[in-house]
Amino acid sequence: MTTTEHHTSASVSLTREGESILFPSLPYHMHDRNRRAVHNDKLIAAVEVATLAKDVGRKKIFADTFGPRYDSLRTLAGQIKQHTLDHLDHYLEQFIDRAEANGVRVHFAADAREANAICVEIAQHEKCTACVKSKSMVTEETHLLPALEAVGIETLETDLGEFILQIDHDVPSHIVTPMIHKDRYDTAAAFQRELGAPYTTDPQQLTRIAREYLRDKYRKADLGISGGNFLVADSGSLVICTNEGNATFCVTAPRVHIAFVGIEKLIPSAEHLAVFLKLLARSSTAQPMTIYTDIISGPKRPADSDGPEQVHIILVDNGRTKILADEKMRETLRCIRCGACLNACPVYRKVTGHSYGAVYSGPIGALITPMFRGLRNYKDLPYASSLCGACGEACPVKIDIPRLLIELRSRAVKTGLAGRVEKLAFDAYSASLKHAWTYRLANALSGPVLRAMADHDGYISKAPPPFGGWTDERDLPAPAEQSFRGWWKQNRRNL
Amino acid sequence: MKISLFITCLTDTYYPRVGRAVVAILEHLGHEVVFPAGQTCCGQPMFNTGYHEQAADLARRMIDVFDDADVVVTPSGSCAAMIHEYYPQLLHNDPAYAERTHAFIHKTHEFVEFLTNVEKIDLRALRCKWPGHVTYHYSCHLRALGMTDEAVRLLQQINGIQFTPLKKTEQCCGFGGTFAVKYPEISGAMVRDKTACIAQTRADTVICNDGGCAMNIAGALHREGSEVKLKHLAELIAEGLGLLENDV
Repeated sequence: MTTTEHHTSASVSLTREGESILFPSLPYHMHDRNRRAVHNDKLIAAVEVATLAKDVGRKKIFADTFGPRYDSLRTLAGQIKQHTLDHLDHYLEQFIDRAEANGVRVHFAADAREANAICVEIAQHEKCTACVKSKSMVTEETHLLPALEAVGIETLETDLGEFILQIDHDVPSHIVTPMIHKDRYDTAAAFQRELGAPYTTDPQQLTRIAREYLRDKYRKADLGISGGNFLVADSGSLVICTNEGNATFCVTAPRVHIAFVGIEKLIPSAEHLAVFLKLLARSSTAQPMTIYTDIISGPKRPADSDGPEQVHIILVDNGRTKILADEKMRETLRCIRCGACLNACPVYRKVTGHSYGAVYSGPIGALITPMFRGLRNYKDLPYASSLCGACGEACPVKIDIPRLLIELRSRAVKTGLAGRVEKLAFDAYSASLKHAWTYRLANALSGPVLRAMADHDGYISKAPPPFGGWTDERDLPAPAEQSFRGWWKQNRRNL
Repeated sequence: MKISLFITCLTDTYYPRVGRAVVAILEHLGHEVVFPAGQTCCGQPMFNTGYHEQAADLARRMIDVFDDADVVVTPSGSCAAMIHEYYPQLLHNDPAYAERTHAFIHKTHEFVEFLTNVEKIDLRALRCKWPGHVTYHYSCHLRALGMTDEAVRLLQQINGIQFTPLKKTEQCCGFGGTFAVKYPEISGAMVRDKTACIAQTRADTVICNDGGCAMNIAGALHREGSEVKLKHLAELIAEGLGLLENDV
């Protein structure tokens, strides 16, 4: 594993066996990482415990709090988001208007490069030297930190999970709980190695170590960077939800606050915010609300005792308008980044976040990553699903994830990405089902062959290609000696 | 009533005993069961893999084959879900089929759902008896049908049965159709998780009501040398009513 020279610049070129974890070379193929992950017992154990607990907790808290009304709450939330997306131009304009009237400076970034450039320009113009940052998936997406490091601005992640990742030269593997793939032993080793702290695996002590290190940095920082959970259009406000209050520090103490927010985070007004605040933390971590919710409507006013002198919001596109224009896929922009789908997904639980080879993992990642970066580059993702439906059931804004995964698969087929061999196989398969007699003939031909390969229990231990993958992992039942329709024909008159 | 049986391609080919059990139960309840011979496949494998034109052709065919059926019952949750969830999307632009699709969906029932919601069966009253220790795997596509614990409630009506709930019963077994062949390492890890949970219950039999799940879980149990049997709830009920000889 190679790393750069700067200890604090964790995400410059994080590599594992020569390849960037979140920005691998394209087209990206999952299989290697999948294989490594499923056989990494320690990793799987850590991820399973965390995701299962949150999934079970999510179901319980919603059942306890809302009972059968939970479903209508999700429907409402989905409708609010869909409406906003369907009229995004209007709400964007309204937001910019109100925010600027509040003294917030709003910038629009078409892509990642532009978003980073705007941020660097502001930082340099304001002569910032030290930056503290709260968690933001968008900044992972734009790969912001290397851009700041390149101009000599030391940046510190203040979300405890992101901080530990930064210290350990690692990257997030989950949208909400970024270090779900690590445990306290990993953390203890990292703190000892990088911070010179005494080795301890006690979570409270580890947190104290982190706190002491971070507090000092907070005081010295002159730039605070955050993400945003929601943008409220009619008040021009930015809403940030955290459990650690680290965002509150980042957006209050430093002189300049810059927020990176995807354009899809807009909602119309405060009454809609209430709906989402009921749903977000319950869906993420099975809490009624996050401990801290910051609603920011502008920089420090004369009467305020604290607050930044400048508040900038960078509205990030970076492929979102492309998804918006895609009628079928637009729905994916409803996502409030709660992570419930990741926690519900039996595939995520086995391969974990880094196997998706992108910033956004899990079921939502399998949809938006191909959309953001090209289906041909991430063709594996929509197929790496058993379509079990747990994600769609978990989604607080009712994104019909399984249906959209299938939509991407149909696009792969239509554009030839699925390959000619598979297409021929399915054409033949479909043709055999066009008539009852072709179906029976196909079975009559293959049945004896398969039964001949089976043991006395009727199971095949090595299936012929292309089905070999099946028997790599389990046995394959052979067809029954007599099919149901054979039995019916033999025993019933009316066939 | 007259019930048209949709056996499904997997159950027809791999689990014909399930079909015999379904027929036996429905007839025992006083219904006439017919089997439209033209049926083949609902099109789910094609649809899930992205071959939507082929899937639409098969969907049209299904609707034609069952055109004069009053009620359609199928022992496979995933096929019933395919029909309920995705047939509208496949055929809504086809004027010849758009309306008939809705009629077809309305009259098609998954077997356990039929027993519970339409028949409102009471297995105690029917004196269904099946002494044995069982657990139950919740097949994923039941989600799309809005089904939850119907099968468990039926199991608990059976005299002599010992039921142990399966941990993570709702977690996918890893079949997913072509997924099991395309992503074997993930599918394998998922099915082994499932068989581990089954083993933990110490049950002798796992009830599984979907042909795909059955092939997957049974294949994994056999690979592990497990003695645990896999049965469809229909087989259990038919045995318990004395309609089908107990399978050894």
